[in-house]
Amino acid sequence: MSATPLRIGFIPLVDAAALVVAVDRGFAREEGLDITLVREVSWSNVRDKLNLGLFDAAHLLAPVAIASSLGLGHLKMSTVAPLTLAVNGNAITVSRALHAAIMAEATGEATNPLTTAQALARVVAQRRQRGEEPLTFAMTFPFSTHNYQLRFWMAAGGVDPDNDVKLVVLPPPLMVDSLVGGQVDAFCVGAPWNSVAVDQGVGHILHLMSDLLVRAAEKVLALRLKWATNNPAIVAALVRACRRAALFVETPEHREEVAAILARPDRLDVSPEIILRSLAGRLKVSPDGATRASDRYLLIGRQDASRPEPVQAAWLFAQMVRWGQVRPTREALEVAKAVFRPDLYDTAVGGDRDAAAPAPDDGIGAFTGPAFDVDDVEGYLASVGIRRPFSG
Amino acid sequence: MAADSSIKILIVDESPIRAAILQEGLREAGFTAVWHVSEMHNLLARIYTIDPDVILIDLENPSRDVLEQMFQVSRAVRRPIAMFVDQSDTASIEASVDAGVSAYVVDGLRKERIKPVLDLCISRFNAFARLQDELDRTKSALEERKVIDRAKGILMKMKGLTEDEAYVLLRSTAMREKKKIVDIAQSIVTAAEVLK
Repeated sequence: MSATPLRIGFIPLVDAAALVVAVDRGFAREEGLDITLVREVSWSNVRDKLNLGLFDAAHLLAPVAIASSLGLGHLKMSTVAPLTLAVNGNAITVSRALHAAIMAEATGEATNPLTTAQALARVVAQRRQRGEEPLTFAMTFPFSTHNYQLRFWMAAGGVDPDNDVKLVVLPPPLMVDSLVGGQVDAFCVGAPWNSVAVDQGVGHILHLMSDLLVRAAEKVLALRLKWATNNPAIVAALVRACRRAALFVETPEHREEVAAILARPDRLDVSPEIILRSLAGRLKVSPDGATRASDRYLLIGRQDASRPEPVQAAWLFAQMVRWGQVRPTREALEVAKAVFRPDLYDTAVGGDRDAAAPAPDDGIGAFTGPAFDVDDVEGYLASVGIRRPFSG
Repeated sequence: MAADSSIKILIVDESPIRAAILQEGLREAGFTAVWHVSEMHNLLARIYTIDPDVILIDLENPSRDVLEQMFQVSRAVRRPIAMFVDQSDTASIEASVDAGVSAYVVDGLRKERIKPVLDLCISRFNAFARLQDELDRTKSALEERKVIDRAKGILMKMKGLTEDEAYVLLRSTAMREKKKIVDIAQSIVTAAEVLK
């Protein structure tokens, strides 16, 4: 039998590792799939080409899959995620000047996000008093984990992300240049861009986002629901190939090989050394060479990261509600949760679970605020502090 | 049909040639209110100033995501903008995405008014892609000829052959090995460099 041809879109980021390795290391071929990976320049493109059927599957921001299913921002297209390609992996990088300003105001341990967020609030207030322009923070997409994580962090310190600072979208490859040029003061993005800024000596990594949230679904393998329903065997094969690749990526002895695969010009096209740091979870955080290590900075497959958990979709939905992107209804919450499909994952890989995986009580493990309650999103949001009403 | 000269069209494209082709086509069709932005900095400021009814953007432009954000926040700042007039019209969206162009249309603009703009863009984008393709092919043909010429030169020098004999040798080797002449020529050039 000849292999099934599939076209899959991706954005050049380290968290596409499972997908890229599934193809380039032959796991997909062993599952009878002939995958053509198509590198894209924007999340809008990935989303549109998936929705229109030009792609069979995509490496996609988890909130974009939810937004598509809810018809937010674009065509309404029911989308499913039978596998999570990455949990966590983002970081906040700030300019040298903003880093100095935050450190001067910090009254505790700088690795504590509450300390830095409160320091940021003081920096913001001082700038306003002096009549200076508000700080500009960049993130990747309106429906992105970066947007929500950045907002979650600053709001915890009392900074209103819509009124106290400017929050803008920038394509990740332009972020470092914009920091150099002074168009932005900080950004939240995935690997490798934070490390690129530190290497160029223009920024400090202020936080790994896993400091804020123990587990945050980042990228999913996204499929159109209809296509997934019509092609269950292909979906299962694809999930197995990605799961095997994810475990391959997570094996320390394979890191060098994985970094070399990802570094290729038609994949990420950055130095393997920078990719290696992200995979190892040991990041250079300061131009002076200081490093930070985290065992949960970026989870590609370990600690049960591949299994899509509906609580993650619900948390992302809660952020959309919090910032006024969606009308908060019970139906919409159910639509969001149904995007994450652990059943499809379990069917494909057959009960491959990591019993030792650390799991926060509420599934999220935020550094501050009330515990997340998947059954009472409104109640949860009532006590988070700053939020925006939905304005249609 | 006389085109709708009241529709304000903004082209966001980093390729000045393609933008010119597009602009010219739109003007010929009677759309006179056409602007082009190639500079990605201050894109939002330009959009606010021009206040277009339709924004056309090349799909290879990463700033598409920047526009998406603008449409999210525009509720508060400006009148609503949505992508495409009618969500049901997936065929024309598909055609435009396939051609490499994306259109953003101010909500409320009727589909009949926008259809000719979109159709024209799709055909111009396709024409540009064909041109580009031809150019690439010509370029690579030129590159191939250079490699073959160098390989011939090496053979002539090392084996004392005439130019014709060198070419015959290249061709017969390619046929025997079931490869392209340029591939054989490339291995000769590489080998000669290694052995230098």
